[in-house]
Amino acid sequence: MSIWIDIGALDDLPLRGSRCVQTPTGKIGVFRTADDRIFAIRNECPHKGGPLTEGIVHGHSVTCPLHNWVISLETGAAQGADEGAVETIPVRVEGTRVLLLRSAIGARVAA
Amino acid sequence: MTERLVIIGNGMAPGRMLEHLIEAAPGAHDVTIFNAEPRVNYDRIMLSPVLSGEKTYDDIVIHDDAWYAAHGITLHRGHRITGIDRDARTVTSDGGITAAYDRLVIATGSNPFMIPVPGKDLAGVLAYRDLDDVEKMLDATERGGRAVVIGGGLLGLEAAAGLKARGMEVTVLHVMPTLMERQLDPAAGYLLEKELKRRGIHVITKANTKAILGTDRVQGVELADGTQIPASLVVMAVGIRPNVQIAKNAGLEVARGIVTTDTMATSDPAVFALGECAEVGGQVYGLVAPLYEQARVLAAHLAGDTTPRFVHQDTPTKLKVTGIDLYSLGDFAEGDDREEIVLRDASAGVYKRIVLKDNRIVGTVLYGETADGAWFNDLKKKATDVSDMRDTLIFGQAFQGGAPADPLAAVAALSDDAEICGCNGVCKGRITGAIRAKGLTDLDGVRAHTKASASCGTCTGLVEKLLKLELGDRYNPATVQPMCPCTTHGHDEVRRLIRAKGLKTIPAVMQELEWQTSCGCAKCRPALNYYLVCDWPADYADDYQSRFVNERVHANIQKDGTYSVVPRMWGGMTSSHELRAIADVVDKFDIPAVKVTGGQRIDMLGIRKEDLPAVWADLGKAGFVSGQAYAKGLRTVKTCVGSTWCRFGTQDSTGLGIRLEKFMWGSWTPAKLKLAVSGCPRNCAEATCKDIGVICVDSGYEIHFAGAAGLDIKGTEVLGHASTEDEALEIVVALTQMYREQGRYLERIYKWTKRIGVPEIRRQIMDDLPRRKSYFDRFVFSQKFAQVDPWSERVSGKDKHEFKPMAVVGYQEAAE
Repeated sequence: MSIWIDIGALDDLPLRGSRCVQTPTGKIGVFRTADDRIFAIRNECPHKGGPLTEGIVHGHSVTCPLHNWVISLETGAAQGADEGAVETIPVRVEGTRVLLLRSAIGARVAA
Repeated sequence: MTERLVIIGNGMAPGRMLEHLIEAAPGAHDVTIFNAEPRVNYDRIMLSPVLSGEKTYDDIVIHDDAWYAAHGITLHRGHRITGIDRDARTVTSDGGITAAYDRLVIATGSNPFMIPVPGKDLAGVLAYRDLDDVEKMLDATERGGRAVVIGGGLLGLEAAAGLKARGMEVTVLHVMPTLMERQLDPAAGYLLEKELKRRGIHVITKANTKAILGTDRVQGVELADGTQIPASLVVMAVGIRPNVQIAKNAGLEVARGIVTTDTMATSDPAVFALGECAEVGGQVYGLVAPLYEQARVLAAHLAGDTTPRFVHQDTPTKLKVTGIDLYSLGDFAEGDDREEIVLRDASAGVYKRIVLKDNRIVGTVLYGETADGAWFNDLKKKATDVSDMRDTLIFGQAFQGGAPADPLAAVAALSDDAEICGCNGVCKGRITGAIRAKGLTDLDGVRAHTKASASCGTCTGLVEKLLKLELGDRYNPATVQPMCPCTTHGHDEVRRLIRAKGLKTIPAVMQELEWQTSCGCAKCRPALNYYLVCDWPADYADDYQSRFVNERVHANIQKDGTYSVVPRMWGGMTSSHELRAIADVVDKFDIPAVKVTGGQRIDMLGIRKEDLPAVWADLGKAGFVSGQAYAKGLRTVKTCVGSTWCRFGTQDSTGLGIRLEKFMWGSWTPAKLKLAVSGCPRNCAEATCKDIGVICVDSGYEIHFAGAAGLDIKGTEVLGHASTEDEALEIVVALTQMYREQGRYLERIYKWTKRIGVPEIRRQIMDDLPRRKSYFDRFVFSQKFAQVDPWSERVSGKDKHEFKPMAVVGYQEAAE
């Protein structure tokens, strides 16, 4: 059975914004888009490791603050001519709470 | 010897006449113009787009000051001629200037007709004739409320649409049963009325205005049937009357207009009349095409070519209301000897009617689909026998001879002498010839070389098709670089529309300007946020999600995700107390690097994001505020020690630098803005490579700007001289505001200057003092909202979420 970890209230996430979650396996970025969908990805740009949570959120993408790579929140892949991807983390909203899939966070610990 | 030519009036007709004259006989005339309006020659046809906000006054200027200067023309602005002495051959103005002429041109235009009802002189009752009227209307629209437009003709409807676009509730009163009855038949008039109503403009036809109500200001309009319509603005657009008083007083022959021969000569052979005030062959004209033709004829005569004659031609009419296509030409009354062809497509809102006499077109009304107007006009002009194509004539040119409906085919099929631009009488052959001969590649080039599409602009589509036809794929209509892939608009377009349409949020901009993405991208959102912050300082709520991270967290992000922090040191001055506080903060937070910047500040590098509020709290206790070293805004004012210490210093450069920085801190600008003040021309503060620099001299302050010392290296331009510190401050601030209002996001001041031109900036800031003052005042107003220290706000808890992780998941929790 999948175990989900509560990381906070939906209201803690600004629209077209993001927050970061610290985990033993590194930082995870949680994003809330203009159409009120929630995404989670590893918070490291595949280019130079920039903190994606600091970027501008637009559509279902975020632009890295360091060198303007555009990363898809849905697939984690770099858009346009850039190549690379970050890991996506399963996330869901239950009522007013936001939850991450524990096995995805802990995967590296287990490995 | 040069001939003395005096012109009374400075409208479009004499302007065009002078262009022809200068070309035909350069230097042959000593020209003096008296203009009752305090302006240069501008395009009156474009007043409606200025009213609706689609254009600005600067866009519609035809001849700027430089043009008059370059051609040695004396222009007396704001001078009304009070009398002509035909025996002495002089004219005298109300400003007391008397000028002698060898030949005189009267081009006094016309006056709006104000219907003689009670209340017509109340405040708030306007005509629609010149820029003053438009400015008064724009004033009224700012207060909102209801407007009544009396007159459902061309001008009245354009005024109504403009006022509606500016957010007023508008009612049009028209005395006839259908709108624009002089140009449209009842069917087209009905369609137009329906469309206007759909747009929320009330239309009352058969409306007889009995009185305008109100005591000091207008409060409403009363109709003959007793109906009362409340209004805070009434615009009368019921017609014009040639302005002939001055000619009458001078004893010239006057009927409806000033009577002239077909060479524009009045009853006095040394005096000519031109434009709306002239009556030629029993006709007076109000549309620009015949007036330009008069200008051409008169110029030829003044230059010594006595052959051209003015010949009457029907002029097509088009309504300049965005989204309404309407074209009317010639005579479309019914008659026993006439036949008509009509096409109606109700669902598409199309109505076309062609009136024939002896198998030749005598009139056309097109509504909803006007592309074939030029073709019909051509057939009419040439009196082409249309019997062979009668069955398909109404479908337009593309259907003739079974040609495919290629949008370019219709234009390709036009003969070389087919008229494309009605205003300026430019035919197809001249345009294609100019494209080939001069290697033109865009609309502006065609406008510059042929004048086609340069007046009312309704033929722009045809001219673009000609460009496409001549250049094929080499023609790229989108010469304006869009802001980003989310939109087709360029930065300037977006800025103009934000102001014109009163758009005050990012979603409103995206909706109204038809953004192609749901919420923009990392390029357009920060730009839009800046434009809105700049244009609506009191109303706009800054959208932090549309700011780059540095401006969101008020520090500079570094390559490892840590931040650097630079406190303000006004003018680069500091003290032992400040330095001690910085040292304490560096120790307390274990800050790994401290560096002195190029702008005379101290930078602390490698601070963790979570520590930022605590760092700021400690710095704040010592009196520091944010140095905004991260902002597209005012950064630093670098100074030298000036007359306080230096044996060469001429003024208190440090003091002025501190004053500038305290005045201007917190302001957002299109790109970063760095200033410097040097106390003497030795220039130790390196002011001559800054965005704005001041060099102190014995006699005051030299103001420099548009320098660069980054990607590009460029010395500054000199803007001008100020004799006092107050004046220097006003100039620097006004220049900054001009740049704030006109610069494109991320465009440094030197690039903006390159685009606008140093003389224009000098003219607005150094020569036009009221304008300088209004820039200054707008900056001061904006600062009321901008000068809040972002660090202390965040120490007090603002945006707390920015600086803390949402959650910390421990090892225990995460382990499976």
